[in-house]
Amino acid sequence: MAERLLEVAELEVSFATEDGLVRAVDGVSFALHRGEVVAIVGESGSGKSVTVMTLMGLTRGVNSRFGGSARLGDRELVTASEAELERVRGAEIAMIFQDPISSLSPVMRIGDQIVEQIRAHEKVSKGAAMDRAVELMERVGIPRARDRARNYPHEFSGGMRQRVMIALALSLSPSVLIADEPTTALDVTIQAQILQEVKQLSQESSSGVIFVTHDLGVVADIADRVIVMYAGQVVEQGTLEEIFYDPQHPYTWGLLGSVTRMDRPPPRRLPAIPGLPPSLTDPPEGCHFAPRCPLRFDRCHELPPLQARVPGVAGHLDRCWLQAGDKRDRREVEGQIGLATEAVA
Amino acid sequence: MATPDEPGAIARGASAPNGSGRGNGTALIEAEHLELYFPVKKGILVDRTVAHVHAVDDVSLVLTEGETLGVVGESGCGKSTLARCLVRLHEPTGGTLRFRGRDITKLNRRGLQPIRREVQMVFQDPVSSLNPRKRVGQIIGVPMRLHGVDGSDVESRVRDLLHRVGLNPEHINRFPHEFSGGQRQRIGVARALAVNPKLLVLDEPVSALDVSVQAQVINLLDDLQDEFGLSYMFIAHDLSIVRHVSDRIVVMYLGKLMEVSPARELYEKPIHPYTQALLAAIPIPDPHENQARARTVLGGEPPNPIDPPPGCRFHTRCPHATEICATTEPPLAEYAGGHLAACHHLQSVGAEEIASAVRSSLSPTSAGDAMPDAEAARQAGDPAPGDPATGRGARTGATPPSPSAGPGSGAP
Repeated sequence: MAERLLEVAELEVSFATEDGLVRAVDGVSFALHRGEVVAIVGESGSGKSVTVMTLMGLTRGVNSRFGGSARLGDRELVTASEAELERVRGAEIAMIFQDPISSLSPVMRIGDQIVEQIRAHEKVSKGAAMDRAVELMERVGIPRARDRARNYPHEFSGGMRQRVMIALALSLSPSVLIADEPTTALDVTIQAQILQEVKQLSQESSSGVIFVTHDLGVVADIADRVIVMYAGQVVEQGTLEEIFYDPQHPYTWGLLGSVTRMDRPPPRRLPAIPGLPPSLTDPPEGCHFAPRCPLRFDRCHELPPLQARVPGVAGHLDRCWLQAGDKRDRREVEGQIGLATEAVA
Repeated sequence: MATPDEPGAIARGASAPNGSGRGNGTALIEAEHLELYFPVKKGILVDRTVAHVHAVDDVSLVLTEGETLGVVGESGCGKSTLARCLVRLHEPTGGTLRFRGRDITKLNRRGLQPIRREVQMVFQDPVSSLNPRKRVGQIIGVPMRLHGVDGSDVESRVRDLLHRVGLNPEHINRFPHEFSGGQRQRIGVARALAVNPKLLVLDEPVSALDVSVQAQVINLLDDLQDEFGLSYMFIAHDLSIVRHVSDRIVVMYLGKLMEVSPARELYEKPIHPYTQALLAAIPIPDPHENQARARTVLGGEPPNPIDPPPGCRFHTRCPHATEICATTEPPLAEYAGGHLAACHHLQSVGAEEIASAVRSSLSPTSAGDAMPDAEAARQAGDPAPGDPATGRGARTGATPPSPSAGPGSGAP
């Protein structure tokens, strides 16, 4: 096993709001190793973004409460001081955000923004830092990088801005790279370019990548391991193979079933998961997915722990009371993995 | 022989068999050489027009009653502008637009009112397209009143509509912020249906929603179409979602039509390199299949629509481009099965089929007469680059030659 970079254990994040305590992240545990891409998948509001932003210390505020731990090497991130976090951010963990236009300063030249970050962490001359910035921009596929470094963000297209974000994130060779829906705002052809870029860079630099997305197609393209989140909790985690070919949780079945597949004839009706995700101020007792699950039974009012249930596969965890042996038949819908929704009227 | 300039020529030329059960062939909306150029202005006191954004550039298409027309393209290709032109939220700067045979290109507000009742729009963003200070009952009820529904009937009809789109009629007095994204989009659909329209123009109606909720809304739209006998124009930025709803699909690039095809045919046999690139770019949610297919990732980005490249608009990014592509704009040519494409270097099309193709009357006026070279295709042997959806298994069984190219032979 490669070196373990990051270890998140029982991470909890909640926010006090007027409507009550929102339990955005509720006991999330996972590990990230060198050279590996871990994808976190879930619908909006599942807590995937809050999880990764907490690792960067970006969810801190008067209304936030934290629990559990997130260790980067021997450094604890959840309780780290602001000064300590400042040294970590950018240098050891870097983040690529979904919306590059609002994460770049509109009044600074692109090159200067990269230079500023390099010089905040390292004692190098402006000229040397600029050379590095240009080199980084070339590496992420920005043509005429020397000239483009003098441009402002608005002079770049969406795809190019996202490349700038990647260059910025790579500028200090961080060991952990977090990408929060980096391709969601982009066109498919540009998305394909950026995914190729991220894949190649993660292989070259041997850092660990956490890739947050809601798109299972993107996951299949880029991930080594997958974490499926629902209503603030991890409902299933395993390798890419395990999640796609032997998924254990009905929510994962539903997600896999509701993506359109271009390589198959279209189904007559799109399989949808009935209902809506629960409110995080008042999550259902027991399994959070139970109210939407056609396979629920008496035991589902008890919250199932996240544990390995598939015999012989220690790393494949899920949070479902169903017997692993029963699942194979129950997740088949028209010959594919899916959630048979007709059972719920 | 009809010429494209004669009224109705395009409708006759294009009411090709659309491959699916829906659509009865009566044209609802016809666009002929539709153009919308937005002026780019410069100057402090006096605005000088220095250039134009070629948002929609000589687009001709027909939408028939009861069918669903999917419109696909990358951002900035003019698909939303085209939709807004068709519902006359923009006034086109050139070309003609007909609704049920009547010219509505230059109609004013008053003249458009009866058409507004028949053509409604659903917007992409369910948050900004609903007034946050109005209750659901008002949002859906006001269009009814404006179009002459008796005041006492309005509430019961609003409740009925809420029920039809899968919302609780008890929520009639709630505000938009009290609903989730998917529910808000249902309100948008209910508002559009309030005046009993014939055509709904859906501008990326599910792009802002989660996958599982997307499927719910798509299924709802499907049910409503059967129930109310609606026609849809469904706009999307990629080919995965339109597949489920469309009878025919239009692929746009930089203000022009690239390919028009019956939906199933487009996925089984895309013939335009741009369509193939769009299909190849969509990752398949299956790791094995995804690795197995040889994906060609399209390089570069769409050029600036202020100064579009000459010739074929796609030639700057096209892997098959040659000299002719940079100089001569290809006409839309019609192939077997009502499949139209504007390209000099068609893919997956046999030489016989190319030889029997005809220039479609939907072609832009600026396009040349240069039809794809059948001889070159024959010499190159079977083009068959493989199935772009999977990228595997070259499709060697070329499509059988078809001497009749459909009823679209009305080109001069």
